[in-house]
Amino acid sequence: MTTRDANSSAGERWSISSIRQALTAKKISARELAKEHFGRIERDNPRLNAFLTLSPDRANAQADRIDGMIARRETLPLLAGVPMAIKDVISTRGIRTTCGSRILENYVPPYDATAVERLESAGAVVLGKTNCDEFAMGSSNENSAYGPVRNPVAPDRVPGGSSGGSAAAVAAGLAVAALGTDTGGSIRQPGALCGIPAMMPTYGRVSRYGLIALASSLDRIGPFTTNVRDAATLMGILAGRDANDSTSAGAPVADYVSGLGAPVKGLRLGIPREYFGPGMSPAVRQKVEAGIATLEKLGCKLVELSMPHTEYAIAVYYIILTAEASSNLARYDGVRYGLRVPGATLMEMYRQTRGRGFGAEVKRRIVLGTYVLSAGYYDAYYLKGQKVRTLVTKDFRDAFEKVEAIVTPTSPVPAFKLGERTEDPLSMYLADIYTVTGSLSGVPGISVPCGLTPEGLPVGLQIFGPHFGEERVLQIAYAFEQASNKN
Amino acid sequence: MRISKEEVLRVAELAHLELTESEVAKYQQQLDSILDYIAKLNAVDTANIEPMAQAVAAGAEGGVNAAFRDDVIVPCSIGNEVLECAPDAEGPYFRVPKVIER
Repeated sequence: MTTRDANSSAGERWSISSIRQALTAKKISARELAKEHFGRIERDNPRLNAFLTLSPDRANAQADRIDGMIARRETLPLLAGVPMAIKDVISTRGIRTTCGSRILENYVPPYDATAVERLESAGAVVLGKTNCDEFAMGSSNENSAYGPVRNPVAPDRVPGGSSGGSAAAVAAGLAVAALGTDTGGSIRQPGALCGIPAMMPTYGRVSRYGLIALASSLDRIGPFTTNVRDAATLMGILAGRDANDSTSAGAPVADYVSGLGAPVKGLRLGIPREYFGPGMSPAVRQKVEAGIATLEKLGCKLVELSMPHTEYAIAVYYIILTAEASSNLARYDGVRYGLRVPGATLMEMYRQTRGRGFGAEVKRRIVLGTYVLSAGYYDAYYLKGQKVRTLVTKDFRDAFEKVEAIVTPTSPVPAFKLGERTEDPLSMYLADIYTVTGSLSGVPGISVPCGLTPEGLPVGLQIFGPHFGEERVLQIAYAFEQASNKN
Repeated sequence: MRISKEEVLRVAELAHLELTESEVAKYQQQLDSILDYIAKLNAVDTANIEPMAQAVAAGAEGGVNAAFRDDVIVPCSIGNEVLECAPDAEGPYFRVPKVIER
């Protein structure tokens, strides 16, 4: 069992492997672990606002099941007793799922997402649902109808978004790991801003069944953890074909954990110059360049690249994303689930329900998405966006002919202050400048911590791999983490 | 201006979205600056470039015939739970304001 740190207000930092050891050695029970984490949530959540709904009954039932297995000396599943949090856009049977929106304030899904089912089958204990930007639309978590999440590292700052609650919960030790979703950076960016590893798998690698859709050609589910090994463990459980998601891929799933120790010497890493432009804060640049130097010291070969369509990615993204979102969000009509605001006619009911149920950013994106798809503008915006998406993706394909992975900053800036960007949507959109490219092209990417700014704010290093290259991405992230821990 | 007040209202109509006067004014101005930013795509030559709809095509990269499955009936027993989510239901129906006049 790891040592208890009496000076840390967060208490002991658990990992998947330290939990396994402690359970097997009977130093703690799964029930006690759950209780410890609910205690931390009770203490810290009023300040952080990371959790929206807790599920103690479900958590305790699962913990008791694990403790029963321990008592009977059965082989424990990989995530036995691991307290986890689930972003509130992922369906959980019998547990309220709001998507951070008033329109789903009282929605209780009748089924579990495949990702949740897989975690629980592997023994995970679901503590509850985490706060996020409404329908995952945002980069700061300030678009939640239930109030913003605070960054555990700096409480006057945002945790990033849209999976801000999941990132904050793991960074603050309220959960050992969490699920987030990434559509334009919503896993990687909050991971970077809160200082923890955060992985976006290849499009289709993890089933989206039960993920309440934002943009169907971009959405992915992935893990937040406190270390890269835990990310690899979770990816091994989450990845794989699911008959309930026709876009889930049948590509073989590698043993991500056993691939971690492999030396990275000789690997070619692409450093695309477009990701080191003038928009980046000097403190971020300094840390990312130091991180890249660390990888070079490990024997990686740095290859300077150009990915010429990078500068168009945000524009493409806000066409594709809003178009798909406006279609997906058409389902909130006050008929089958969620809020209904009565109206004299069906149309009146639709309009009032959607007008009052959705928040400002959601309405803004529905209007933009409907506009770019509407007659007269479809070719100029949506079709043009899809064509430039092809070019952004080609940049990645060309790069991966020369290198095994691409290394960039995750976010151009560290965590910004609450309220700093809310008045100007475009400035908020530009926070995703280094992450949306990977979203559009479908490749996997991870953000790993690479030090703190002089103000003490975390900086993230982003590693992209080719489609279904999770094993490589995790291998490099792990080598980097091990080297960073030594320094 | 790239987008007029009338266009914002027309699009809100298409999206069944009730907007207040101040929302219309605010969105018009904000969308205008976003569309202005998006206009940078006009600088990209996309002649002979295929549009991209899916990041990883179903069936590609090991996703063997991923989009296809056998067309078999499987039982679904959560009808009542589904209706319980509805704001106004009377099993086995969802109830809505009358849409047909006699």
